[in-house]
Amino acid sequence: MEAADLPLSTHRTAHPAWRELLSFNVIWAVVFAIVGYIVGHALGNTIAQHSPSQLNPGGSDQEDIAILLGMFGSIVGWIGGLGFFNYPLKRIAGRAPSLHEGEEQGMWRYFKLCTDHKVVAMQYLVGTLFFFFVAGLNAMFIRTELTSSNATLFPAGNYLSLVGLHGTMMLTMMSAGVIGPLGNWLVPIMIGARRMAFPRIESLTMWITVLAGFVLLSATLLGGFPTGWTGYAPLADQARAGIDAYLVSFLLIGIALALVGVNILVTVVTLRAPGMTWNRLPIFVWAMVTTSILAVLAAPVLAAALYMVMSDRSIETTFFISASGGSPFLWDELFWFFGHPEVYILALPGFGIVLEILPVFARKPLWGYRLAVAGMFGVALMSFMVWQHHLFMSGINANLRPFYMFTTELISIPTGVIFLNGFGTLWKAKIRFTVPMLFCLAFFFNFLIGGLSGVFLSDVTSDVVTHGSFFVMAHFHYTIMGGLVFALMGGIYYWLPKMTGYPLNQTLAKLHFWMMFIFFNLTFFPLFAAGMLGMPRRVSSYNASLHTLNVFVSIMAFCLGLSMLIFLGNLVWSLVLKRERASDNPWHSKSLEWQIPTPVPVYNFEHIPTITGDPYGYGLPEAPVVDFGRRGAVAAEAGA
Amino acid sequence: MSAAPETVRRDEPHHGRNFAIIWAIATAIMVPISIWVVGPHIPPGSLTDDTRAQHALDVALTALSMPVLMLVWVYLAYAVINFRSDPASETIADGPPIRGNSRIQATWLIVSAVVVIGLAAYGTVDLLTENGAGGGQGSNPLAKPSNAKSALQVQVIGQQWLWTFRYPGYGGVETAQLVLPVNREIEFHVTSLDVVHSFWAIELGVKADAVPGADNIAYVRIFRKGSFQVRCDELCGLWHGHMNTTGHIVSGAKFDSWIHATVTKYAAVTKTLPNYSLTYYPTPTRNG
Repeated sequence: MEAADLPLSTHRTAHPAWRELLSFNVIWAVVFAIVGYIVGHALGNTIAQHSPSQLNPGGSDQEDIAILLGMFGSIVGWIGGLGFFNYPLKRIAGRAPSLHEGEEQGMWRYFKLCTDHKVVAMQYLVGTLFFFFVAGLNAMFIRTELTSSNATLFPAGNYLSLVGLHGTMMLTMMSAGVIGPLGNWLVPIMIGARRMAFPRIESLTMWITVLAGFVLLSATLLGGFPTGWTGYAPLADQARAGIDAYLVSFLLIGIALALVGVNILVTVVTLRAPGMTWNRLPIFVWAMVTTSILAVLAAPVLAAALYMVMSDRSIETTFFISASGGSPFLWDELFWFFGHPEVYILALPGFGIVLEILPVFARKPLWGYRLAVAGMFGVALMSFMVWQHHLFMSGINANLRPFYMFTTELISIPTGVIFLNGFGTLWKAKIRFTVPMLFCLAFFFNFLIGGLSGVFLSDVTSDVVTHGSFFVMAHFHYTIMGGLVFALMGGIYYWLPKMTGYPLNQTLAKLHFWMMFIFFNLTFFPLFAAGMLGMPRRVSSYNASLHTLNVFVSIMAFCLGLSMLIFLGNLVWSLVLKRERASDNPWHSKSLEWQIPTPVPVYNFEHIPTITGDPYGYGLPEAPVVDFGRRGAVAAEAGA
Repeated sequence: MSAAPETVRRDEPHHGRNFAIIWAIATAIMVPISIWVVGPHIPPGSLTDDTRAQHALDVALTALSMPVLMLVWVYLAYAVINFRSDPASETIADGPPIRGNSRIQATWLIVSAVVVIGLAAYGTVDLLTENGAGGGQGSNPLAKPSNAKSALQVQVIGQQWLWTFRYPGYGGVETAQLVLPVNREIEFHVTSLDVVHSFWAIELGVKADAVPGADNIAYVRIFRKGSFQVRCDELCGLWHGHMNTTGHIVSGAKFDSWIHATVTKYAAVTKTLPNYSLTYYPTPTRNG
């Protein structure tokens, strides 16, 4: 536990601009990354010239050793340019390193290594939202192509690259999209801590997540990649150099996810304030804990699998080439062993946000708190036992199929628990229909359709029809977009006033919600039918009889895209142009993060608070939640 | 939820009973609609034994999902209408501080467990009795038809970006045309020469991944003559969306005359082919 009398002299004055420019920051990171790429690429080409390859003629622009080493060089340059090596190097040199980096006020702290968890969270939010919009734009291109039943707009390779970029970017950025911004911002404050357990690692994960996004985009410069987000081998072995960007990018995300997970687990275990017992831990923190467990256990498997493809491509191992003793099934198994927990890395944060927000606007305690925690752990545990349902048609041992059908259907029990918690909380409630509440109610509407369609997919007989078709595509958009993204939007409208100090425009927010809800359903529900009628995923030409349906879906998808522009417009209008001051607790929440001033001071709490109750004491006006200590109490009285 | 009777105000409606009635009515309407109105239109039709099994299961699952769908939607609507705060009120009113009800929680868990175990049992029995329901079962099928020994064997070979078919019972002749006889058990052996493809004939109810170095078996028995679409269902590179062909189902006699004509026509080609094998190991190349 942190000492309660930690010095608060953190409002150091900002350095003059020329000194900021010369210190470690994102500008140097870009410069060093370019230098790193050039050095790595030259080294790789040298290696390649001395080891003639069967797959690649040496010295071509598609030389994978050169490209991979170049990318690794730029990763080292990027991290070094941001100053992440300073701390270990100073330790090695025996000098005292700075324990607080970039925590002074001012804009510069957003462009460098900063150990303030709230700054890192805002960096995460901007970074993940940026790539969320880029990937959304790709989706618009995909829907434009599908307005015609023949490939007309894009060459086939470009179309597949768009599909791959959309899928990979959404998956990677959205798996960091809640745990990054909301997790890093809320977990320390919700448990009464002043920081994360490993502030430097926290900042590192943010910077490599952003780098991963740009590395993935660089695939377009290397000729794109044809595999979609699943990267199936041996297609990945065979593809041109664009796939190297996919591999390195996904590897970075895997590392970032594992590190975020460790950081959050250690923070929650070690830095809880006095009185923050496990029974009082906010449900959102539980969601972050279970997500972190998944990330820590699943992401390293992905990293290993990606490393195997890299070595297949560069130094000619044959992990996935059956002619030389490898097996394509190896990739399938490793990828989906990560891939299925990954979809729960995308689902559990949504559960946490929804169950955290519902009590505030239902004005009732969270119903069945312990069951909700058990449900999340049930989902987390079981998500490691279902991955082969992605391989029902692949020719795995036929004896395994009934077992994985059973476990897949079993996981709907802990998932159903989340619905029961939500409905118990709504029972005889006093619902206020704020924008975050609307998103939470829509979450249940959408996620139910996602869940029920999952039952169809889990049953092997039905899966013969729907596997790999647009039915699957509609299913996981209902769970990830209808579930996670709706919850994330609710969370953004709910917490962003606290995080930034500026409230969001509620009229635009309501317009955003209704457009997003209506057009989301009109976009994805018809695609269940498209799948059942025989439209495979990831095709640019399809049966002409499905043309009308696809044109309808595309128009609805463009309206869905428009609703996202309204969201973006609201962010710009409210946070950049209008900038009204948000009050400390506009939603009248009892949760700890709303009991401290807005904007939140650098070290969150003047004294480490004492927690006296769980944050869901609605209906009990006297239920105490937190004791800020003597000086905190005096300040609160003075404020009142 | 189980408030003592004396604490319930006289003018407060009996929410639990009202909700249960509305849910029961909605379910009673939606289940027959899903079976008799929507049901007949659910793909993939009734051409083969596999599609009949798939259709029957999809109708059953649709009907079974209606009570759940109605539970959630009716509850959401009921809560949104009945449990709202007074918008005119200046102060914020709290709801009752109910934190749970172990009886309801236990009931929910038991009911969902029973439903899930029932579904899995039904799915497993279905899978075993329907010869794997047309899905690829790998090289050692768990569910074989009783007449598997006399089945017509057809090898499906995927490569970028076309399908070819070999008939091992007829000297391993290879054609780009898929012709199948009606009313005869057919045993597909699906494999690939390069990357992972997936052999999908939706009208037949057959889907099996084509994996290089692996033999993936699926069974089907077709009841009527006609034609069907073959598509690739696993992303396999540039022209994945164009890896289509049309297959034909003909009478037994017509199939015999077609296959003998084909064997004669391709006799010279067949000699140059590699011997029939369940898998093939070509040299990997990079031709992206």
